[in-house]
Amino acid sequence: MTEPLFPQPTGTMGRPYRRYEAHEKVNGTATYASDVRLAGTAHAYLLASKIGRGRIEAFDLTAALAVPGVVDILTHETVGGQIRQTPSLYTGGYAADSVRPLGSADVAYWGQPVALVVADSYEAAREAAQKIDVAYAVAEAASSFDSGGAEHSELEQHALRVGDFDGAFAAAPFKIDAHYSTPVQHHNAMELFATQCVWDGDRLTVYEPGQYLNNIKYGLAEQLGIDPERIRVVNAYVGGAFGAKGFLTQRTALVALAARRVGRPVKLVATREQGFFLSAYRAETRHHVQLAADQEGRLLAHRHEGWELTSRADLLAFGGNGMTVRLYACPNIESRVNVARVDRSTPGFMRGPAEVPYAFALETALDELAYAAGLDPVELRRINDTDVEPVGGLPYTSRSLMQCFDAAGAAFGWPDRTAEPGSMRDGDWRVGWGCAAAFYPAYAASSSARVRLHADGRVHVASGGHELGQGMYTMMAQVAAERLGVPMDRVSVSLGDTDLPPAIVAGGSSSTTSVAPAIMAACDAIRRRLGLDEGSQGDVVAAMVASGTGMVEEYAETRAHGEAPDTMRRLHRGQAAPSGGIHLEDRVQFALGAQFVEVRIHARTREIRVPRAVGAFAAGRIINPRTAHGQLVGGMIWGISSALMEHTDIDPRNAGYINANLADYLLPVNADIGTVQAIMVPEVDDLVSPAGVKGVGEIGTVGTAAAISNAVHHAIGKRLRDLPLRIEHILEDI
Amino acid sequence: MQPFQYIRPASLAEMVMAEREARSRDAAARTAYIAGGTTLVDLMKLNVEQPDRVVDLNAIAPAFSAITLDGSTLRLGAFAKMAAVADHPAVIGGFPVIAESLSLAASAQLRNMASLGGNVLQRTRCAYYGDPAWTACNKRAPGSGCAARDGVNRQHAVLGVSDHCIASYPGDFAQALMALDATVILVGAEGTRSVPFASLHREPGDTPDAETTLRPGEVITEFVVDGGPWARRSRYLKIRDRQSYEFAVASVAVALDLVGDTVRDVRIALGGVATVPWRAYDAETMLRGRSLDEAAAADAAELAFASAVSHTHNAFKIPLGRSAIVRALLETAAMEVRRD
Ligand SMILES: Cc1cc2nc3c(=O)[nH]c(=O)nc-3n(C[C@H](O)[C@H](O)[C@H](O)COP(=O)(O)OP(=O)(O)OC[C@H]3O[C@@H](n4cnc5c(N)ncnc54)[C@H](O)[C@@H]3O)c2cc1C
Ligand code: SF4
Repeated sequence: MTEPLFPQPTGTMGRPYRRYEAHEKVNGTATYASDVRLAGTAHAYLLASKIGRGRIEAFDLTAALAVPGVVDILTHETVGGQIRQTPSLYTGGYAADSVRPLGSADVAYWGQPVALVVADSYEAAREAAQKIDVAYAVAEAASSFDSGGAEHSELEQHALRVGDFDGAFAAAPFKIDAHYSTPVQHHNAMELFATQCVWDGDRLTVYEPGQYLNNIKYGLAEQLGIDPERIRVVNAYVGGAFGAKGFLTQRTALVALAARRVGRPVKLVATREQGFFLSAYRAETRHHVQLAADQEGRLLAHRHEGWELTSRADLLAFGGNGMTVRLYACPNIESRVNVARVDRSTPGFMRGPAEVPYAFALETALDELAYAAGLDPVELRRINDTDVEPVGGLPYTSRSLMQCFDAAGAAFGWPDRTAEPGSMRDGDWRVGWGCAAAFYPAYAASSSARVRLHADGRVHVASGGHELGQGMYTMMAQVAAERLGVPMDRVSVSLGDTDLPPAIVAGGSSSTTSVAPAIMAACDAIRRRLGLDEGSQGDVVAAMVASGTGMVEEYAETRAHGEAPDTMRRLHRGQAAPSGGIHLEDRVQFALGAQFVEVRIHARTREIRVPRAVGAFAAGRIINPRTAHGQLVGGMIWGISSALMEHTDIDPRNAGYINANLADYLLPVNADIGTVQAIMVPEVDDLVSPAGVKGVGEIGTVGTAAAISNAVHHAIGKRLRDLPLRIEHILEDI
Repeated sequence: MQPFQYIRPASLAEMVMAEREARSRDAAARTAYIAGGTTLVDLMKLNVEQPDRVVDLNAIAPAFSAITLDGSTLRLGAFAKMAAVADHPAVIGGFPVIAESLSLAASAQLRNMASLGGNVLQRTRCAYYGDPAWTACNKRAPGSGCAARDGVNRQHAVLGVSDHCIASYPGDFAQALMALDATVILVGAEGTRSVPFASLHREPGDTPDAETTLRPGEVITEFVVDGGPWARRSRYLKIRDRQSYEFAVASVAVALDLVGDTVRDVRIALGGVATVPWRAYDAETMLRGRSLDEAAAADAAELAFASAVSHTHNAFKIPLGRSAIVRALLETAAMEVRRD
């Protein structure tokens, strides 16, 4: 890993401060959800279905109930109607899926929770769960696109048409017409899916790692039919989330109900395997991309058809085509998205959910087009660079794509590349260099914050945001320190608690963009209270002393550009959703980047290695280059993993999971990762948000897979269009 | 995991006695020995192994953990840790294939915990074997069928397979022992015996549940390996989907005795592609007396996979295995080796 490159900071915002919570994380005192110790805790163990579809005919609980220490067993029979059906996130509700927890005898997918055992110890709960005998009536399960029972449809809302694609494509001198696919993937954050619930009379406290604690609070209240104000959700640290801990899963209501039934705190830590079914994941996608260019390489026609997969219970698709067709100038565009519904758990958000698969298809196709037209892949992108998106003619708030290509290309040494595939070698290794663009929409949402200033100069910032490891605590402290003109070490931070002023979901790379403006507004209100001009250099502490007050506190809410008037109401009900990207009426807003990789492929045994990756990213203002660097490098490594290793195996016969564990679901180890360099390209964007921030959480992953597939082509002359790229795909091709 | 009785005998004699007695009390009771536990405990958590009695061999272990060079003969205690053997100078210098097969296996944490005896007896990683929810698995439940044959079988074997089981043998160290014609020392109720390591594992045939030729209650106490020119010129090539902490997709252990370019003797063992630790005897015979060049290596590779049978997702292991043999042979021939 090399030192980060970043613009020179002008104030506290922009300096690479060390993590606010670094000490606690390193010495092990940071309290994660499953670390919270509650007196008298009973332990829960989940039993998940191991059939793809069917009905539970009967439970035999005799042996399970006989295990010493077993306190209670929840099944659909014992739970009955105690958990209400509530709408999913995708239909205006909170839940990650529309399957009611232990709601009926029906089994909709492999891994669906069918029972929860509660016992005095984890071991007893596990033993009993394994002794539950479930008699199923098994039905045929459709596992993926090609399964007999899959229901296919087009999603009209993702269709796009500009100009005359067919005519332009037919007449063009250079064209590409190819199919691509991406696999099923699961987040596998280090921290497992844990939930602890404790009742105090009619008040419930939930400890659960989450990217959106208010979503859990309000959704759970609906499921349990209680006043949301009786529920508090607390979580100071999340051990990795990546989209999997965004929304209310079936487990939370079950643990809450179990705790009420047994009259004790109940703790569930789902197993690694169960993590594959408990929450959302990245479903497989397919793509058909057609590109055509004129003699100079200018795009004439661009068509992208996507196929996505979802569950029977929830109709959803990410439709990344809306973004990919807006990235480059092109007069004739057509695009559509189809979805297949099968007997699987509901997919959902995973780092770059729409962007990663669609970018892989487009950015590989562009490399193919560059070869067809005899152009350098970087130059092809330069020729088609644009400040105005081609679908609606809306301006980008700022766009530094080619600055990124130039910065990353120079650092990588791209000019030394010889274009001919197979032309670069090192002993027994074939060397390939490839590049691709990365993009991620700049999203923001309404948020709120409270800032308190004491006469002795101490500052406390509070907002119900989330620390996923991305650097939320540090960012919040930096914004307040700069805005009030106090040193960093005088600022303390609270987050991760539904009793705090509500903030947005920690998703869509939008936390900083959304929460920083609220903190800035609260700080400005304090300044005004003290008679200091907004933005003035006046000393707040001196003003406090002069005014004779011991403490001032201000609360502020901010609304993001283009948000509807009811957004504040939604914020206070746990439904603040990021907006921006391509969803605004007057403009589009994106962070952009360029990624370069070197691959090496052994001439005989064809292992694919990635010794070197360089990315440059322009994402507006970088508040903390140290934590941003961590996000970008982590994202790039994830991209390597996603391109070469990650793949959930699902048996087509019954939609059963084959490799739901960390030995068989491959993620890179240290030995797989060579030099990874992230460059932060200076960019000023005053439109995107008052903080000028676009977000860096996801963009690092987006271009990596295409850069790798392009580099593989450069190394050996074979195009790989299906992820993950593996030895077997290139065995016969050297 | 289900409750079990735990026993920790203080000596081999005590263990043998306790076992004999336990068996006479309840012949059907399932006993499992535990050394490092890195295979056994995982399988118990998965409910694949449900022993009634776990016999902890770690009190006995110190007596059988030594690594000694006896003239040119290497003796490895069955309870020596993988890490200790991989790092031992006598092993690295005189038997590089052993050191490499161990240091390329698993992870540092596992190598610090796992024993040589447990290593050679580790179970297949066939996913259908590892999850009792899949009812069809002849290895786990004899006569129930084989879910892998028409399932996801990218990692499965192409050599030594039967209609009843196609699970690959996952370990690395066993290939080194095969290539060096090692002997294994066993102790049981009927005393001590020493058998060729090559006879320890059984091909699946129609009884894939019977994985070894160990007699009931027998323990492995030692591995014995003779040194010589082929042991010094030996190496382990492991092809895998990631660079560390991963089982072989295909691996090759080569031990080579060269005179000039000519092969005086060669042993080739294959991993990741076969149901048991596998020797490519025909390929070896063909190579003896030939000069080792690309063409000879390719011929050997061809012969080694002549009997291969593939399934839905693992046909690539045949060309990959061949390429790996060629690469391993040529790299072994090019090794810098100390003279006698
Ligand atoms: C994630 C993961 C990755 C791995 N990767 C690799 C890899 O790349 N390459 C590789 O080779 N291995 C790999 N392994 C397997 C690992 O090396 C074995 O689990 C380990 O060597 C087993 O040794 P142990 O002492 O822990 O055996 P145990 O788990 O204690 O025992 C294993 C089996 O052997 C029996 N047994 C143990 N000792 C004796 C004895 N002396 N006599 C008779 N029976 C005995 C036990 O009863 C049990 O059935 C991996 C394991 C894991 C979990
Ligand atoms: S390959 Fe062998 S271990 Fe795997 S399912 Fe078939 S019988 Fe069982």
